[in-house]
Amino acid sequence: MLVFERRREPSKFWTAITPVLAVLVTLIAGGILFAILGKNPVEAIKTIFWAPIFDPNLSAYARPQILVKAAPLVLIAIGLSIGFKANIWNIGAEGQYIMGAILGGGVALAFYPLEAWWIFPLMIVSGIVGGIAWAMIPALLKIKFKTNEILVSLMLVYVSEHFLASVSLGLLRNPDGVGFPGSRNLQHYVSASNGELFAGTGIHLGVIVAFVSIFALYGLIRFHRLGFQVRVTGQSVRISRFAGVNPNLMIIFCLAAGGGLAGLAGIFELSGPAGLLSIDFNVGYGFTAIIVAFLGRLNPFGIALAALLMSLTYIGGDLAQFMLNLPAAAIQALQGMLLFFLLSMDFLSQYRISIKHWARG
Amino acid sequence: MTRKIFKGFAILTSLLFTFSLAQAEPKKVGFIYVGPVGDFGWSYEHDQGRLAVEEAFGDQVETSYVESVPEGADAERVLTQMALAGNELIFTTSFGYMDPTINVAAKFPNVKFEHATGYKRADNVSTYSARFYEGRAVIGHIAGKMTKTNQIGYIASFPIPEVIRGINSAYLHAKKANPDVEFKIVWVFTWFDPAKEADAAQTLIEQGVDVIMQHTDSTAPMTIAEEKGIFAFGQASDMMEFGPTARLSSIIDNWAPYYVARAQALLDGTWESVDVWDGISTGMVEIGEFSDRIPEDVRAEAQAMADSISDGSYHPFTGPINRQDGSAWLGDGEVADDGTLLGMNFYIEGLSGSIPN
Repeated sequence: MLVFERRREPSKFWTAITPVLAVLVTLIAGGILFAILGKNPVEAIKTIFWAPIFDPNLSAYARPQILVKAAPLVLIAIGLSIGFKANIWNIGAEGQYIMGAILGGGVALAFYPLEAWWIFPLMIVSGIVGGIAWAMIPALLKIKFKTNEILVSLMLVYVSEHFLASVSLGLLRNPDGVGFPGSRNLQHYVSASNGELFAGTGIHLGVIVAFVSIFALYGLIRFHRLGFQVRVTGQSVRISRFAGVNPNLMIIFCLAAGGGLAGLAGIFELSGPAGLLSIDFNVGYGFTAIIVAFLGRLNPFGIALAALLMSLTYIGGDLAQFMLNLPAAAIQALQGMLLFFLLSMDFLSQYRISIKHWARG
Repeated sequence: MTRKIFKGFAILTSLLFTFSLAQAEPKKVGFIYVGPVGDFGWSYEHDQGRLAVEEAFGDQVETSYVESVPEGADAERVLTQMALAGNELIFTTSFGYMDPTINVAAKFPNVKFEHATGYKRADNVSTYSARFYEGRAVIGHIAGKMTKTNQIGYIASFPIPEVIRGINSAYLHAKKANPDVEFKIVWVFTWFDPAKEADAAQTLIEQGVDVIMQHTDSTAPMTIAEEKGIFAFGQASDMMEFGPTARLSSIIDNWAPYYVARAQALLDGTWESVDVWDGISTGMVEIGEFSDRIPEDVRAEAQAMADSISDGSYHPFTGPINRQDGSAWLGDGEVADDGTLLGMNFYIEGLSGSIPN
């Protein structure tokens, strides 16, 4: 019979190989799903995973778009992964992303139509501050009242969504918008516009910063004392005290890292690809980034790969919709399968599977 | 031998067929939807319009769509990809697609765009919308006649002119039909969220409402109305199967005639940028079949109102009408101009509560 033995430590080999396996199994299961829907599975998989990178007509545009779509995921996941390593669970990055965009965008719009070089950096810093401030609510409540940061940060997402609706319809509503909701478009406000850096690619400053953050996190975790403290805290808060870690400061640091980077992603997205604050400004990057962080095993380079993969499924998914008439729900199911298989395959790194015969007596 | 000839004939015909196809390459027409096509509301009706285009032109036109596209950066990317993939006419069916549509249209001057419910146009961008307030007038009248508690519930999405106009039109005509009528308005701040809409319907019913109107896209309020044995109206689509006894009538968005006409213009090479705001007269706003539960005389009145709106002899916003604060808006016999209606941001007299922001 099959016997599962818990490994003393997770297997390094399986930890590295399971994401690849999960992707392969997802491709097979996804193919079966598409076949059930009456589509050619090979063609569907090819359209989602191949066409955005290699199709002669579409790839020139789609390739850089993969990076653009991955950028906010990378930024947020990098920030979250610091907390996750320390067992501090910030689930509310979506809200911090929204608040970063509102504060950053609000500050920029407060100066409209003034044109000055300092508006852009001020806007970016305000975005970070907005994200951090929103993340400080669960941090301080946790320190003061021992509340659960998972619940508090998650609930604050819904609060921030109402806040977003409120400013889109009130405070930041475009006065020239004929009564419709939504702010002015920052793409048309030169001093606050986070425009594309290379013509026709859509690549903006946020994409560059996202990829710099990967190396920054690597450096932090690997070489800085703080990285060591984060890891120790993750193993045991008690032990971390002996290592000279102040657990309260650690809570603040981890939530600030997640909130700040989420806020940064929000303001880059607002001033760049999205352009304007509206009721539906947030599209779930804060939640998808949690998946990305785990798909990437909380490793900075893993996170980058995971974000690129998720981004690819979004862009390929759009193509599959209008080229093959696949429903959007089928694409979402495919993305869900990816996470499911990854988590279920974690079993392999935690347990050793062996075949044993019944022993008599 | 015969078989061989037959085979040869088959190959020949298939060759001919391919040849004729190659000659008349189908024109590609794309659609992007903000919700799933299965919402049985807003996006569903746009997709019905797409299917009508398929039906009308057969092999001449090839349609495709992307559903549940968030407004903003994602819409811009999807539109660009559709343009790159050879779509020549693209319908962008939500207000929030306005700036993305304008941006992409500037990059693809040879691709034509049709943006629903917006106000920005270009040489290759048309806008179109429907005068839903005409339909609201008709169902407002029915609601006023049918309520026993004199309490009518209204589930509103967002405080934008489109929604406020609908509330005003419905209230005005309910009040005319029944002077004791009161409106209870719940703002749910979503276009499509069955759970929230159901909660709103429950709350309204607990407050004594016995007729519900909605300006959100899901069928949840209709389902609740059916369960609780009160009345409701189909929104965007007919919603008959979700409330066979509760449903009194409906306002149906019928985009099919417009979509077919625009695809025809594309094929004929006569497509030009236009700004269309059509109502009952062209069939863009359709009043769903009246339920047998509406008394015959009320049905006749409602039909007469729809007919007079359709032939232009009656405008739903005809004075005297005051604003909520009592100040005069329209004088006796005065008709609202489109500009004011498009930017409507005030309640009319008699409505209680204030517009949130």
